[in-house]
Amino acid sequence: MKDERAAKFKQVNHSVTKIDALQLALGKDSYVGDFVPNNALIIKMLWSPHPHAIIKSIDVSAAEKMPGVKCVLWHGNVPRIAHCTAGQGFPEPSPYDTFMFDKKVRFVGDRVAAVAAETEEQALAAIAAIKVEYELLKPVFSIDEAMAPGAPIIHDEPEAHVPIPIPYEPKKNLVAHVGCEAGNFEQGMKDADFTFDEIFETPYAQHCPIEPYISMAQIASSGRIVITTSTQVPFHCRRIVAQTLGIPVQRIRVIKPRIGGGFGCKQEVLLDDVTAMFALRTGRTVLWRFTREETFRTGRTRHPFRVRLRSGVKKDGTITAIGLDCINNTGAYGGHGLTVVSCSGGKTLPLYHCENIHFDGKSYYTNLPVGGAYRGFGATQAFFAIESLMDHMAEAIGMDPKAFRQLNHIRPGEGSPIFAALGEGREGTPMTVGSNSLAECIVQGAEAIGWDKRTDWRTKTGRYRRGIGMACLMQGSSIPDIDMGAASIKINEDGSFNLNVGATDLGTGSDTVLAQIAAEELETATEKMIVYSSDTDMTPFDVGAYASSTTYLSGEAVRKAAADAKRQILATGAEMLGLPVAEVHCENAAVLNADGSKKVSYGDIACYSLYQRNQYQIIGTASHITKKSPPPFAAHYAEIEVDTWTGFIRVLNYVSTIDCGTAINPTLCEGQTEGGTLNGISYALTEQYLFNNGRMMNASFADYHIYSMRDRPPIRAIVVPSYEDTGPFGAKSVSEICINGPAPVLANAIYNATGARVREFPFTPDKVLAAIQAVKK
Amino acid sequence: MTENKNTVSFTLNGEKKTFATNPDEKLLTLLRREGYRGTKYGCGQGTCGACTVIMDGRAVYACLLYSNQAEGRSIRTIESEGTFDNPGEFQRELIAAGAVQCGYCIPGMVMSATALMESEKNFDDEIVKEYMDGNLCRCTGYEKIWVALRKVLDRREAASADKPASAGKSSVKGGKK
Repeated sequence: MKDERAAKFKQVNHSVTKIDALQLALGKDSYVGDFVPNNALIIKMLWSPHPHAIIKSIDVSAAEKMPGVKCVLWHGNVPRIAHCTAGQGFPEPSPYDTFMFDKKVRFVGDRVAAVAAETEEQALAAIAAIKVEYELLKPVFSIDEAMAPGAPIIHDEPEAHVPIPIPYEPKKNLVAHVGCEAGNFEQGMKDADFTFDEIFETPYAQHCPIEPYISMAQIASSGRIVITTSTQVPFHCRRIVAQTLGIPVQRIRVIKPRIGGGFGCKQEVLLDDVTAMFALRTGRTVLWRFTREETFRTGRTRHPFRVRLRSGVKKDGTITAIGLDCINNTGAYGGHGLTVVSCSGGKTLPLYHCENIHFDGKSYYTNLPVGGAYRGFGATQAFFAIESLMDHMAEAIGMDPKAFRQLNHIRPGEGSPIFAALGEGREGTPMTVGSNSLAECIVQGAEAIGWDKRTDWRTKTGRYRRGIGMACLMQGSSIPDIDMGAASIKINEDGSFNLNVGATDLGTGSDTVLAQIAAEELETATEKMIVYSSDTDMTPFDVGAYASSTTYLSGEAVRKAAADAKRQILATGAEMLGLPVAEVHCENAAVLNADGSKKVSYGDIACYSLYQRNQYQIIGTASHITKKSPPPFAAHYAEIEVDTWTGFIRVLNYVSTIDCGTAINPTLCEGQTEGGTLNGISYALTEQYLFNNGRMMNASFADYHIYSMRDRPPIRAIVVPSYEDTGPFGAKSVSEICINGPAPVLANAIYNATGARVREFPFTPDKVLAAIQAVKK
Repeated sequence: MTENKNTVSFTLNGEKKTFATNPDEKLLTLLRREGYRGTKYGCGQGTCGACTVIMDGRAVYACLLYSNQAEGRSIRTIESEGTFDNPGEFQRELIAAGAVQCGYCIPGMVMSATALMESEKNFDDEIVKEYMDGNLCRCTGYEKIWVALRKVLDRREAASADKPASAGKSSVKGGKK
């Protein structure tokens, strides 16, 4: 299946060693916290203990006089500027409903006041000395309560608005409403032999990067603010901090060093306005690092969804109608409310052939923790419903679930009305699918899991019963017409290159992938690349690491920049060799003529161009936008064992296939797939937010369990290549899709083991046991 | 019980050191303040393992220990495990396996694995999991960390199986590679 073009690659499609692996394995200073001077002021926040309240009065005078305290910030002494912390493009498709500090608190963990002091102990003591009087308001703890007539209004401030013309009705707690129709859904339901109408629920979850949120701000000698922060979006961070403080972008520099994991949560600009403001007020270096507890309570989460899924199917396996109604709970602030719910349709519905599609997505405020971007971004939640229902439909018509999917999935060259109908905050972009090796993914995954040994649940007896489940998946690669990435590349005397990218490696290995792409285009070795990402003063713009865009979009910008540099290298090389440009080419870090008799190395070309004649800097630069968002595809399989006495599930084997086009770095692609899959398994089986009056009660890894090395089942990642013509050397995205699989795969495996249908996860033993007990053989 | 005093002395990566401290200070805070920043803060609750160091041969959470509890002890941090020119064996295997994604958990993983290798002779999977269970990673799914670790451990098991069996002579025992 490997494309013949891929056979010629020398740098890409090879598992080059990740360029920062050694420095990280040695524990060298790499992350924000490693660069903090010992005399930095420490920031601590007073968080709201109430889910919904007015701050009637606040007295910071005692705190201000406490030892070591340098500054206290609260709503009375900072600018009141409505903004959005979502870290998206501009203007955002999200409400401006957030202030640096407000007179109202909207969830347990909302900001009340902050202290910067010489030590952490002094800051905490001062926080305890702030006196606040609250007027408690009736809280809203569910989607049903939020949409009920006469519900408390969470955002009643006059400033709340969305900066683009999309539906937003804060007086109804409605953050967003989006929908689309294709064909005739009602007619499609009538044409079906079997119809379905089911409700699915997906839970809160946290990203849990091992490095918590952290931001440091300093005042440079020039008077500018330098923010060193653990962010996926350095350029959006700069813009949003400037907006929130009411100062020009010019005054701010944002540096992103190595990042200790993000998975979407560090797309949020959650700390940097406060660190920047404290730095301005005190002139000192200030550090704000969230504790783990704060990361759970105040940090961003995955939006919980309620999904109503209706469908119709004919006996021959034709899907006549799909109706997807998604409602998400965006929590106290609305960032990503619209886009996540849009993607729950846009990144799922094109997967299967169906002429009659209805989609409706809504997002509601509640007084609960705030939803944000999280790997999978809405597709995860909707795929739980869709891939569960695919099994239900197959069962109804007596077809093997794999065969049913094989009959209906989208083929190479096909389009979907959904691509044009659903974008992010506006209409989508029509497209047809180019690369697609889903058919092969299904076959290889089935073989790896042993699908043929799968038997009907009714044949199974005994306490421990095994089951096999599957799901097919898609995602996107960047946001068409919206996302932009840029890169520059310049040569040095020894033939090495500085590759400067705005693209943001948050631990994924994108710096390595981009270096491979540049090296491939330049016909040199990946080791010759010195990658710098990202720094708003030094690197070109990039929207940042989200929407599965870095390899596909920023990668193509890098390829184009490298091609630009290569043109200059060829011109100078030809000049040095005394040959016309048309008679030379690049090979192995040198410019040479056709028979190789005349040759000059990149190092010599660099020295000539920098020092000797017609001097100039060989430097290539390019930007890239895309008209397409080619979906990666995947088929996931699992074999599990259910203890029918306790409801406990053991995953015996998990197989994740992935079609990411050309795998620029196969080992890193496997790593993304294995990691995202285990995160998805952990999310499906154990992770949950437990609340008491709106307060998240299990805010530690002791009580919010994420899978450890002991828990992990064997996960086999299988890369199934295709070739995406619009991506750099055939690549499309890889990192998000894998997390969409486990919840539906495990639900389908539970059914295959026991006959129990589970429509809500995590599949904790209590839920599974109740579902098993409800089964009548 | 720890004595209420303002300095603490212990052996750090083989060198005797004395540091100013206070009774409230955690070992993690002291180490990072003194420039040993390969030891990471991940949770401050003894639940993630990013701060793992070795105290007298045992892997411990530096975020839970008070600095004074290190008095007179021997502490080893990630800084003792390898250099750019000579990374440790497990570090080399981690890099080769592609097991380092964000890398934030890796120093702690290396220290737990070191404690395992220096404390145990039997590297059965269950024992390995026992030692590594306290080190969380959210990026990798542990697959490639496991592969790297198993490589090192298998090599050690093979070497120690050879030694006692035949006192210097070539061993023909087993088929383990």
